[in-house]
Amino acid sequence: SSWWSHVEMGPPDPILGVTEAYKRDTNSKKMNLGVGAYRDDNGKPYVLNCVRKAEAMIASKKMDKEYLPIAGLADFTRASAELALGENSEAFKSGRYVTVQGISGTGSLRIGANFLQRFFKASRDVYLPKPSWGNHTPIFRDAGLQLQAYRYYDPKTCSLDFSGAIDDISKIPEKSIILLHACAHNPTGVDPRQEQWKELAAVVKKRNLLVYFDMAYQGFASGDINRDAWAVRYFIEQGINIILSQSFAKNMGLYGERAGAFTVICSDTDEAKRVESQLKILIRPMYSNPPLNGARIASLILNTPDLRKEWLTEVKGMADRIISMRTQLVSNLKKEGSSHNWQHITDQIGMFCFTGLKPEQVERLIKEFSIYMTKDGRISVAGVTSGNVGYLAHAIHQVTK
Amino acid sequence: AYRTDEGQPWVLPVVKKVEQMIANDNSLNHEYLPILGLPEFRANSSRIALGDDSPAIKENRVGGVQSLGGTGALRIGADFLRRWYNGNNNTATPVYVSTPTWENHNSVFMDAGFKDIRTYHYWDAAKRGLDLQGLLNDMEQAPEFSIFILHACAHNPTGTDPTPEQWKQIAAVMKRRCLFPFFDSAYQGFASGSLDKDAWAVRYFVSEGFELFCAQSFSKNFGLYNERVGNLTVVGKDADNVQRVLSQMEKIVRTTWSNPPSQGARIVATTLSSPQLFDEWYGNVKTMADRVLLMRSELRSRLEALGTPGTWNHITEQIGMFSFTGLNPKQVEYLIKEKHIYLMASGRINMCGLTTKNLDYVAKSIHEAVTKIQ
Repeated sequence: SSWWSHVEMGPPDPILGVTEAYKRDTNSKKMNLGVGAYRDDNGKPYVLNCVRKAEAMIASKKMDKEYLPIAGLADFTRASAELALGENSEAFKSGRYVTVQGISGTGSLRIGANFLQRFFKASRDVYLPKPSWGNHTPIFRDAGLQLQAYRYYDPKTCSLDFSGAIDDISKIPEKSIILLHACAHNPTGVDPRQEQWKELAAVVKKRNLLVYFDMAYQGFASGDINRDAWAVRYFIEQGINIILSQSFAKNMGLYGERAGAFTVICSDTDEAKRVESQLKILIRPMYSNPPLNGARIASLILNTPDLRKEWLTEVKGMADRIISMRTQLVSNLKKEGSSHNWQHITDQIGMFCFTGLKPEQVERLIKEFSIYMTKDGRISVAGVTSGNVGYLAHAIHQVTK
Repeated sequence: AYRTDEGQPWVLPVVKKVEQMIANDNSLNHEYLPILGLPEFRANSSRIALGDDSPAIKENRVGGVQSLGGTGALRIGADFLRRWYNGNNNTATPVYVSTPTWENHNSVFMDAGFKDIRTYHYWDAAKRGLDLQGLLNDMEQAPEFSIFILHACAHNPTGTDPTPEQWKQIAAVMKRRCLFPFFDSAYQGFASGSLDKDAWAVRYFVSEGFELFCAQSFSKNFGLYNERVGNLTVVGKDADNVQRVLSQMEKIVRTTWSNPPSQGARIVATTLSSPQLFDEWYGNVKTMADRVLLMRSELRSRLEALGTPGTWNHITEQIGMFSFTGLNPKQVEYLIKEKHIYLMASGRINMCGLTTKNLDYVAKSIHEAVTKIQ
């Protein structure tokens, strides 16, 4: 007999499992609107020019392969912090922060979650927006924390339930942990406006909550990196010492290279040093030290003026294409004769769109049209092209008319 | 980390070649790998560990989880064992590590949630070798189902490995006592220069019908330290068990790093799946192993020629990157302070730090330390 007889078959990962089902489909019209990976207008993965240039530079330098420090590539972590906080940020300039390299967004979130479990004794509760990225819950749970929720998305309007959010957040026990999506909320694409962020910051401050920002789409949402980081920077300016997870998977197209960072804004540099030492103690028994390749590419781009400029243009290009696909989807739905209000498709922002489709309708899209998305009706707009937006609109109309 | 005879890091020529191939291949992109990693990497890695003709592979009861280095493989394995081994979430299952061992072993299993981490006898300081009897006694006394972390070869930090005959004895006790073997294989090929020789213990256990884990690192034998290339090889009773295990490994990976880094795995997979590149790699590995073996024999012969008190055959009998010299803390302090030779308080030296240029100096310094300080 086996040690593993009692091990159950795990259910397929809801998000990544969509791609696997898509790959098995032989329909030539199939569309993968599951995982959040950017596609160009030909539906192909897009390797940024600035990334190719950075890679060529790296190849020519013939560097060694020595271990990185536990906290990662210093040029990368510093540049990541500056990107998020802004070069004029008092917190950044004073050095009262620590940024460690993490394994893209997931790894950075997990480092933070483990850190909270070990050192944040005031609360075990993490409040997530309803809904949130599916992987948030198991990440925090595996780290030993408990999950709670605050109202966020209003399915009736397919937009922000702002009063519900404020109401719930006002009642969160003091010193609980609250997770906020910095921009391009996943899965809904619904972000607070700046005025709403201001109110949220005030409530969060009043309740003395520990704020955990997840920023996976800086630059990718509006096309402007400063605009997308506005909430993060505003909270810090209000005296809220946030913690932050960043990913370079989408905005630099570095998905499989796992480039990310975890930041803690501290009271002072001494606290930052102490926090860093504890983060290292957490990281070492997870994977010792992080992978170099992605971080080095990102670092070169952020720290080389020409490459950085090119990157900003390319990230705006990606954001613009997505915005244009949203517009085209809505106009095509109108052309199909749909009588529904699809305004939320263009109101929402970022890679994802919460279509409002019900599970049965999603099921039909998958089975009858080979259009793959997650059951919650979330589509990755990045998977839409001018070539298939018509087909998508047609299919959506068929299942909703 | 390995160093050349000039004391420099060494990027393997085959790695440079493959990296250039990857850089020139415009069909490649940076898309996510599957959660469990690059399939060609996983299959080739397990094949390297278990052998081309492994019956377990033929019987389709082997799985791999691409991980961030050997550490990552150990951690995923430890997390899995804590959740699923010996009941569900049985944090009380004893985990045994050797005395001494790589210090991170303790932290990995502690952070995975195990509450009872114990040691087993290993290094015999008096005879400067393996304390086999102590080891076997500990296994006899260990509670049934305890987990034992075994170094597949080139034990870190002592460089002292059981002989095949001794491994057979170890396996027999473990089988009888129902103990779980978790191999840490960080130096396959790097130790002796032979992949097969360095994997003998793991393969023996497989042939004896054990279900086991083997955490593999490609940091040293591919020189890919900072790309974090590792693989957790899972050997189970049959395909169905392995399938279910892998599905649960996915859950653990998803909340740890989602999916592993692509670059290093590509380099390894490309190399291992091409007969020509594989041969080149083997040659590079042998270059590293041979240099270390040469330094060992040169150091030993110098110490013996100097008439340094004590016996020094352990220097060549030990294997891998490290050697437990047997120097005591005071002698170590002398070497550091007076001779600027840096080694651990345990007397562990990194053989890779030796070069033809510094051999004489190191040998003379050790001689001084041993004769001047007791």
